[in-house]
Amino acid sequence: MKKVSRVSLLVLVLLIGLLAVLALGCGGETTTTTAGEVTSTSVAQPTGEPVVIGAIVAATGPGAALGEQERNVLQMMETQINNAGGVLGRPVKIVIEDDKSDPKEAVTAANRLIDQEKVVAIIAATTSSSTLAVKEITAAKGLPQMAMAAANAITDTAPMEWIWRTPQKDAMAVARALTYISGTLKLKKIAVLHDENAFGSSGAAEIEKTVASAGLEIVAKESYKTDETDLTAQLTKIRGANPEVLVVWGTNPGPALAAKNMKQLGMEIPYIGSHGIANKTFIDLAGEAAEGVVFPAGRLLVPSSITNPDQKAITDLFIKQYTVDFGSSPNTFAGYAFEAITLLVNAISKAGSTEPAAIQTALNATTGFVGPDGVYNYSPTNHDGLTAEDMIIVKIQGGTWVLVE
Amino acid sequence: MSFDQFLQYIFSGITSGAIYALTAIGFTLVFNATQIINFSQGQLVMLGGMTAVALHGAGVPLWGCFFAAVAIVALLAVGFERVAIRPLLRKGVLAQIIATVGASFVFETAVMLIWGRDAVGLPAFSGEEPLKVGGATIVPQTLWIVGLTLVIVVALQFFYRRSMFGKAVRACAVDPVAARLQGISYSRVVIFSFALTGAISAAAGVMITPISFMSYHSGSLLGLKGFAAATLGGLGNPVGAVVGGFALGIVEALGVGVVSAGYKDAIAFVILLLVLFLRPVGLLGAKVVVRQ
Repeated sequence: MKKVSRVSLLVLVLLIGLLAVLALGCGGETTTTTAGEVTSTSVAQPTGEPVVIGAIVAATGPGAALGEQERNVLQMMETQINNAGGVLGRPVKIVIEDDKSDPKEAVTAANRLIDQEKVVAIIAATTSSSTLAVKEITAAKGLPQMAMAAANAITDTAPMEWIWRTPQKDAMAVARALTYISGTLKLKKIAVLHDENAFGSSGAAEIEKTVASAGLEIVAKESYKTDETDLTAQLTKIRGANPEVLVVWGTNPGPALAAKNMKQLGMEIPYIGSHGIANKTFIDLAGEAAEGVVFPAGRLLVPSSITNPDQKAITDLFIKQYTVDFGSSPNTFAGYAFEAITLLVNAISKAGSTEPAAIQTALNATTGFVGPDGVYNYSPTNHDGLTAEDMIIVKIQGGTWVLVE
Repeated sequence: MSFDQFLQYIFSGITSGAIYALTAIGFTLVFNATQIINFSQGQLVMLGGMTAVALHGAGVPLWGCFFAAVAIVALLAVGFERVAIRPLLRKGVLAQIIATVGASFVFETAVMLIWGRDAVGLPAFSGEEPLKVGGATIVPQTLWIVGLTLVIVVALQFFYRRSMFGKAVRACAVDPVAARLQGISYSRVVIFSFALTGAISAAAGVMITPISFMSYHSGSLLGLKGFAAATLGGLGNPVGAVVGGFALGIVEALGVGVVSAGYKDAIAFVILLLVLFLRPVGLLGAKVVVRQ
């Protein structure tokens, strides 16, 4: 009797769960993709042994929102590059591994790619922690690595001879935000509110380090935990210090909570966010409180902001190809993967060889290379490529992003 | 610190405190019936909020979402008790507590897989226009939460002290074996306590989502704060849970005002430790009953 009722209850619970999944999980509309290849004009078909390039992305796990599109781009580009004649007359083969957003998995994947697939270079990774883990291996083995993550340490701390990155690093976003405050707003006294996680605290540390050279002064600095329920106490403390502008450095949902709480307290000073809120989620969460919020971002967030004709051409082509293949427009992370593979293939072609040392020299000599995010200039000492000027300042207006400068 | 600022810290403390208090009540209910500390308590609150958001997204009116989420999470809590707690009855309380830790991961992961990783919100029950009191402001949603907390704690007091079944629940807490000898169905008491915990946690989750958003990982911090509040007030006493919740919230907010937000958790937990040193049963805890 007891056994029966337990089983029936279990079935009931499972049924409710199933119903919930059916009712809510499948709410998304189905999209029909029109099959159509952007075929290039006929060129000599690549022959011979393929040039094998490894890639490690976070296709699943916490980083999946970023890594999924990166994987899409790499698959798309393999076809595109081979249709255009491959590299060195040989076809390109991109072996993509999923690190499940876990640095330990990334290390395993990197070793497999190097030992078994004999890759000539690695594109890795989606998250900063995985990128830093793989960096140890590529540096030891002397193999080129293209990074798609933003933490400063990726290219700032040694060893950096074998790693180049495509995104704007976190320090550039800080520099861009501070320049906007001192140069455009012409304000001086800033307050900082940051998440206590890695992104927020390293951003805050960077602000503290560079604030004086930007001609600004921090009058209040407070922090919060990622899932905190209310930030009015921190904001009250900040208001007491009479800042002229508030800089909020964090990822969702904290910055949205800060925007709502500021509105509740009637604080009307400008709100400057980080590139961590360059997504629709922030606007959805903060609602009306998001209006007027300003933050630094990559140019792909507002494609119309791209004025450089070469940059615009490559961006339009990339967006078009991605949209044809996957039925949605690419996000900024897709752009980083696109730049990583094109920069790498360009370097291999210039080197005329797949020898690591030759690729290294070619990457270090890459200047004026145009991608959707800006113009890349690498050198033996600069492996960042972009500069703070490649970021734009965006304002939220009417529930969407508007270019400020 | 000006008076306006002081008042605002108190209001901030009340807002967070009411959220902690509602979470703490859940700990109390399960503990009272079973001596189990339910480490999936925060996740039950999160489930309530996330369920309501999903229903609201599907076009259900706000109040419909509220009651549906309460019912669904109550059922889930009952299912959880049947599947994970009941089979461990003979293995002792410790095994059951570990089962609740496991359940917290299951709930988080399930919510992440079904509804994704993004934080979500709900519209406030009665607008977002803040109320001005002196030089400080408070949002109407906070008053809803405080109101719900008071209604729940008064109802629970009546239930535990006046109703026969409520007395049976208390009897089970004191000594399950003696209670069973008196003809009380222990399993009914436990099932009921889990259902009630699920319902109250879900109500809390729906109420706080308009203020502080909700995501699949919101449960762990809520659970931690709720547990601290319940311990501060005295585990097992719903009034203590509420007092503990508000005390914790207000101490944290004043901690931000006097020192810095970076230290507010440290301040709150030092005070919690002090209270437990001086009064091990918590602020309003009953005398320790030694169980043989």
